[in-house]
Formats: sequence, C-alpha cells, structure tokens
Amino acid sequence: MSDESSRPNALDFTDIAVEEVSRSFGRRRALSRVSFRAGQGEILGILGPNGAGKSTLLAILATLLRPTSGRVRYGGVADTQGAALRARIGVLGHDLFLYPELTARENLEFFAGLHAVAEPAHAADEALERAGLGTRADDPVSTFSRGMRQRVALERALIHQPRLLLLDEPFTGLDDASASALVARLRELRRTGAILVIATHDLEIADRLLDHALFLRDGRPAASIAQPERLRTTYQEVMTRPLDGGGA
Amino acid sequence: MTDQGGVRPPTAPFARTVWMVLRKDLTVELRSGEIAYTTLFFAVSCVLIFAFALVREGRAPEGGAAGILWIAILFAGTLALGRAFERERQAETLRALLLAPVPRPAIYVGKFLGIVALLVATEAVLLPLVNLLFTAPLFAHPFWLGGIVVTCTIGLAAVGTMFAAMLVRARSRDMLLPVLLYPVVVPVIIAGVQGTAALLQPAFDPAVVRFWLLLLVTFDVVFVVLALWTFEAVMSD
Repeated sequence: MSDESSRPNALDFTDIAVEEVSRSFGRRRALSRVSFRAGQGEILGILGPNGAGKSTLLAILATLLRPTSGRVRYGGVADTQGAALRARIGVLGHDLFLYPELTARENLEFFAGLHAVAEPAHAADEALERAGLGTRADDPVSTFSRGMRQRVALERALIHQPRLLLLDEPFTGLDDASASALVARLRELRRTGAILVIATHDLEIADRLLDHALFLRDGRPAASIAQPERLRTTYQEVMTRPLDGGGA
Repeated sequence: MTDQGGVRPPTAPFARTVWMVLRKDLTVELRSGEIAYTTLFFAVSCVLIFAFALVREGRAPEGGAAGILWIAILFAGTLALGRAFERERQAETLRALLLAPVPRPAIYVGKFLGIVALLVATEAVLLPLVNLLFTAPLFAHPFWLGGIVVTCTIGLAAVGTMFAAMLVRARSRDMLLPVLLYPVVVPVIIAGVQGTAALLQPAFDPAVVRFWLLLLVTFDVVFVVLALWTFEAVMSD
C-alpha cells in the first residue's frame, strides 16, 4: 500500500459518534437508543450475548443499514450514504467476504481495484506479505484453513487503508497463534490511528485489547466502561443485573 | 458525504467497476463451470424433450421451434439468475460489493453483463440444436436472428438481474424469482417468440421482424434505465 502515500490522505475523520441510535426490523426492535463515541487510535469492543444487536450496530456503522432513529456522525458529518464515506470504512465480517474460487491474490486485487487503490497488484502483493501468505498467493481461497482465510479477509478489509475498521467476531475459529497474530495486527492499526470497533464474544482476548467496552443486552446499552479489566466478571455482572432502561 | 479538508477519497469510475465485476464473475464461472453446465444441461434437456414430443415425421408444429427456443432460454435464464446471486450471498460478498466506494448501478451492470454472456453462450448451443431437431431454418437470416436473440436476452437479463438482486436475502427467493420475473418479462419473451417465428416464415417479411425488434429494443431501454435508476435504492438498507 505504499503507493497510497502518493495520493491525498483520505483518512480525514478522527472520531465517530453514535447518537441515540435505534433500529427496528418490523415490530422487533434490534437496537434501542445506543450512544457512544470512538476516537482515533482507539479500540472499542461491543460485547453481549447472541441477539444483543452487535451485528446490527456494526451494519449501521458500515452504512449497510440506516438507523430507524438517531444518527451516526463520522467526524461531525451525519450523512451515512455515499461512496466517499464507504471509502473510509473497512469491514471484516463473520463471513469473510472472499470468493472461494478466486486465489488470494485475485481476491485482494479485485477489492483493491474496487477501492480505487492506485496499483492493485502491488497493494495485493504487500498485503499477502503482511498476511504471511506470499507462498500461497496463487492458491484458491477455498483451499485455505480458516485462519489463513481470516488473514486474507483482514488484509482485504485494510487494502484501502480505512479510517474506521469494523470487525464482527474476528477471533471465531482461530487457533491461539492466529488469534495472537490478529491481536498484534489490531494493535498495530491502533498505533497508526485507525478507529477500531470489534463485536466479540471472546472476553479473554478482548481483555487485553480493548480501550473501551460497550455492553449490549437485548439491543439496549447495559454498561459502558473505559479501560476495561477483568471483562468476564464485569460481563457476568452486567448481564445478570436488571436493566434500568437507560443508556450506557 | 461532505468532504473534510477538501480531501475526497478516490472512487472507482463506472466503466472500470463494470469491467472488474464482469471479469470477476466470468473468472469464477470459468473455474467452477457451475452455472454454465447447469443452465446448458437444463436448456438442452428441455429442447430435446419438446423435440421428441412435438416433431412428427421431421415436421414441427408451426411456430413451435420459436416458442420452445425461448421457453428453454427463459427457464435456463431463471436458473442462472438465481445461482449468480446465491454465489454472492454464500460468502456475503454482496455486502463487500455494496461496501465498496463504487457507483452501485455499476455493480448491477457488471452482474447483468455476466448473465447476458452466460445466456448468449447457452443460446450458441441451443440455436443450432433447435435448427437441427425442429428443421427450422433459423440461420437463414443471421443478422435479424442475432438482433432478436441479443435484444430479447438483454430484456430478460435486465429484469432478472434486478429481481435476483432484490431477492438475495429473501428466504423463499427460489420460489419468488419466477413469480416476480415471469409476469414482467412475458412481453419480452412474446416479442422474442414472434420475432423468431417471423424469421422462420417461408415468405420472409423484414418489416414484421423489424417491428418485433424495435419493440424489444424499447423494452430493453425501459428495463435497463429503470434498473439503473432503482438499483441503488433497492440495495440500500
């Protein structure tokens, strides 16, 4: 991605603010009045059980869903549509957004091209080296292990140097070595000033990674903790106490 | 989005996006052959069954060849449309496409051209087969035949691509696609059948074929413009 430095730096919002965001699907309310902020070089964790609204919240941040009420501000701008904003967002979903029939290189080149990276082939080569997959670059992704696919998918999400990186259960199915490598990569991204929002169940890994934790329960914010420690204890406490119906 | 600091991130231009999506779809199809083989097998089976049922002593009912040709293309096209988007759904790659900073109608055009290419490849096999089994002189007027086939295929693919994209998240998408698609696309198929039947008449009348061809071109323009106009809204949220 070194060629990216030759063009104006597109990473020009330094925080995101979620303001009283709610989202309903028909009569079911998936999110209810969620608010938080995340700034440059910060890793925010969204924690909660299945069905808590974590993926819905990530989809709203990714501009794939519109909030039913409330708004998301990206560096003070509330317009959540448009290619210019999408160019600043990277998403690593639970599904990896990769074409299994294509090789790792072809996948990365394709998405680099879609994101108008100046030299997609060069960017893909660099990404493959970062992922440690230089020797498997021309193998179809369908032949990769889950960990290898996850590494390709992370590089796909980062190929355009997004300002905001959204990760949905990124540690699922990874062995310890792959999870540690992913943690190291995420810390590196934090150092470079990206905003990272991670929805995860993996509290042990989150414990040593998060700068801020937002607990969701039944779509509602149950707690918001800066510099969280002993997340499992906090999680159990938050998830068992009665909801007061208020915000974080 | 209002730009901050006068900096606007680069976005892929329309034509380049169309080409990237089309090339990707064709590469995936060349590797797997999944849609091409299924579509071709279905279409050829359909024509063979009708040929054995309808052709007597080397003679097919009048207009039968044209009708059977387009029925086979319509059904095979429905299969191809469903699979083309099922593929994007399985690994949620459609989400990745929608997240890219590209004009969303360009994604539609790329997918649409991929479907057209697949259907044209199927037709390249079906036309000689119908010509042979129904002793129908389809290639007597190749220019007009090409016009009818291409315009009818474009009409079918334009509507079908739109509906297949709309239904990609619907649980009953396999059932809903034909239910939605066929009523809209029936005029296109009728025009295709009539245009093709006119080509097979012993007394060939270019004016009749031209009429059906112009009708098909009109359908194509309307359907493609409507699809381009609505795709962004349909795929948002």
